[in-house]
Amino acid sequence: MSIMNRHKFLEKNSGPLVAAILVVVSIGGLIEIAPLFYVENTIEKVEGVRPYTPLELAGRDIYIREGCYSCHSQMVRPLRDEVERYGHYSLAAESMYDHPFQWGSKRTGPDLARVGGKYSDDWHRQHLIDPRSLVPGSVMPPYAFLDGEELDIERIADKMKTNRKVGVPYTDEQIESAAHDLRMQAGSPYAEDYSGFEERWGGVAIPDIPTNKTITEMDALIAYLQVLGTMVDFSTFEIDAPDPDDLSAEIQTDGTEG
Amino acid sequence: MQNQTAPQPIRESGDEIPFLAFFLGIGTLFFFVIAAATPEEAMRVHAFLFLAAFSAGLYALLLHLQSGTRPDATAYNMGVVKAGVFASAFWGVAGFLVGTLIAWQLAFPETLSFPSLPWTNFSRLRPVHTSAVIFAFGGNVLIATSFYVVQRTTKARLWGGTLPWFVFWGYNLFIVIAATGYLMGITQSREYAEPEWYADLWLTIVWVVYLLVFLGTLWKRKEPHIYVANWFYLAFIVTVAMLHVVNNLAVPVSILESRSYSLFSGVQDALTQWWYGHNAVGFFLTAGFLAIMYYFIPKRVNRPVYSYRLSIVHFWSLIFIYIWAGPHHLHYTALPQWAQTLGMVFSVMLWMPSWGGMINGIMTLSGAWDKLRTDPVVRMMIVSLAFYGMSTFEGPLLSIRAVNALSHYTEWGIGHVHSGSLGWVGFISFGALYCLTQWVWKRERLYSLALVEWHFWIATIGILLYICAMWVAGITEGLQWRAYDEFGFLQYSFIETVEAKHIPYIIRATGGSMFLIGALIMCYNLYMTATGRVRESERNAAPAAPADTVAVPAE
Repeated sequence: MSIMNRHKFLEKNSGPLVAAILVVVSIGGLIEIAPLFYVENTIEKVEGVRPYTPLELAGRDIYIREGCYSCHSQMVRPLRDEVERYGHYSLAAESMYDHPFQWGSKRTGPDLARVGGKYSDDWHRQHLIDPRSLVPGSVMPPYAFLDGEELDIERIADKMKTNRKVGVPYTDEQIESAAHDLRMQAGSPYAEDYSGFEERWGGVAIPDIPTNKTITEMDALIAYLQVLGTMVDFSTFEIDAPDPDDLSAEIQTDGTEG
Repeated sequence: MQNQTAPQPIRESGDEIPFLAFFLGIGTLFFFVIAAATPEEAMRVHAFLFLAAFSAGLYALLLHLQSGTRPDATAYNMGVVKAGVFASAFWGVAGFLVGTLIAWQLAFPETLSFPSLPWTNFSRLRPVHTSAVIFAFGGNVLIATSFYVVQRTTKARLWGGTLPWFVFWGYNLFIVIAATGYLMGITQSREYAEPEWYADLWLTIVWVVYLLVFLGTLWKRKEPHIYVANWFYLAFIVTVAMLHVVNNLAVPVSILESRSYSLFSGVQDALTQWWYGHNAVGFFLTAGFLAIMYYFIPKRVNRPVYSYRLSIVHFWSLIFIYIWAGPHHLHYTALPQWAQTLGMVFSVMLWMPSWGGMINGIMTLSGAWDKLRTDPVVRMMIVSLAFYGMSTFEGPLLSIRAVNALSHYTEWGIGHVHSGSLGWVGFISFGALYCLTQWVWKRERLYSLALVEWHFWIATIGILLYICAMWVAGITEGLQWRAYDEFGFLQYSFIETVEAKHIPYIIRATGGSMFLIGALIMCYNLYMTATGRVRESERNAAPAAPADTVAVPAE
């Protein structure tokens, strides 16, 4: 076989061998990944997806730091049981500001893509402090220490700036007022610029009664959990080109738990 | 002709030493500044770790220069291989230990949770386990074996003088930075690429030097032909470099802080990560260990590789197809369906080169099948290929979208990974470590073949317990998640599917513990072999395999 004889050349020349390897292992990745940046319908056009508020972003950093992604996915698949258990299947648009993505790969615990608004803040706090006090069969570790850790508020503006560098459309005002807006969303009485907050983060709820307690990492994590999956209003959402075989598109999602 | 003096051995030039000293000196100063200036406690710990390592490196260089002796440039550099054997054994035990601990944590979460010690939580320990077994254990095995194999098959000393030592210590420094980072909460949350930007930069430097040492040795080879094992090592080193750099593109908040945000987001980020993630399996845990197969099995059984032609087809088809397989980790997600389908098709195709390689390895025993009975080290390596064959059949199966709908997110995936990692990577590594210890310490035989038998059987039964328990757990929960009752409601709440896994979790943790016990037996055996001892009752038996000879490797 002549091709086998030609191969002898590579077996005797390390430079061409390395070059050949590089070419061969580059092809697949280029063909699969590069189009995702150019093909327009990769990410759906939907209303409502916004960058995370300072408090939510701080909470997201804690979610990442503690390794929550090890056991919790954030990706509801368009399968009947998942849509009924968790809610509307996840859209690409919903994670377009996620640097990095948190889709996960394992469900030792339930999916969290639509956990926002399902439980109260108090439920989350108690559950994070002692998971088995609310869910007796749970295998989740306790995160009580988060309630004793004061949140680092000073660094949040820089973190938002870095997010802007990688493509998250934070405005100058949002970055300038980051620490203030974080306090306001956490219910601190030391934040009073209500109208400014409304302007910068229209629609984001703030606690009715301010609480004069230290803002902890727990508060931030809960704020993050509570926004997950809530940005898109699925009562008005329409898929560009409905797939007739995709039954899940027909299902009314009401967020009931399984 | 009698009274001539013996020829002077050619000494290593040591040309690299000033550069290395300069680099380490600058690094020491740099990390001193970082340690002083950083506002972040964890970053300061890491700056001090770097500082300590760099100054230790400088001190070692100084001692090396003071001693005034230069190694013989015509002899093999086996010192760094010996260090690699030691590091592999150490990190193997450490990684298995953490894995066993977190397996028991899932079985008995209340007993094994410590609310006041955040670093003992499953979620922080899990990356310690995965990084310790893949990168610390697997990586050290790969570096040690590649340094050994490239020297023996080129008949040349490792290129670069002290640089192989830089690779060894630099790589292990990366491991320490990564693992301590996870415990302190420093992570990018990218699976199998958790270390933050500065650790990634450091690994890039070390990896480039690793490639240079490997290529430099090839360039000065005294054999015209590059042996097949070296192709696989090259593909492993080059491709891992590419994957590592692209997947870790990120912007740090500042040079004084650990946190960074990835360059890509959402769907593009997801595919980049799983392009990396699956090829960490394909090129770190497969191509590199196939290189071990292509050298250590022929050498141990003293037979040529079954088919030269098959090894060529195996090599190019494997590295071409593997790189496409990543999207099968993202079935039914928000990734466009065309990408999912490509990933599935190539994953199914991957079955063929995988089995081609397995056949090439197993059939190398042609004419020496009796070794399976007489040499437990050979049996370990051949059984590793059987596990390789099994998990590379299971992989394509799981990559089919309809099967994946059931298996994804469940324990089935964990079982699949462990049949590959414990069975294939673990056993081929153990086989290589037994061989290497005997060869580099120049021992006639291992301390005890009976202990290898014990290791083999305890670990094999452990693996079987592990993967069977995970099949049961994964298929059970997958079916329960989608089960409906007669009224058309979901039959099980999520927590019921968690509770159903309690017994499988206990069996899995038992299997993992057995695997750990096997590794401890191996460590004892390796230590006794390295120190030149032979077990009393085995002293009179014939050695199962010849000690290392200078024969050209089989081809």
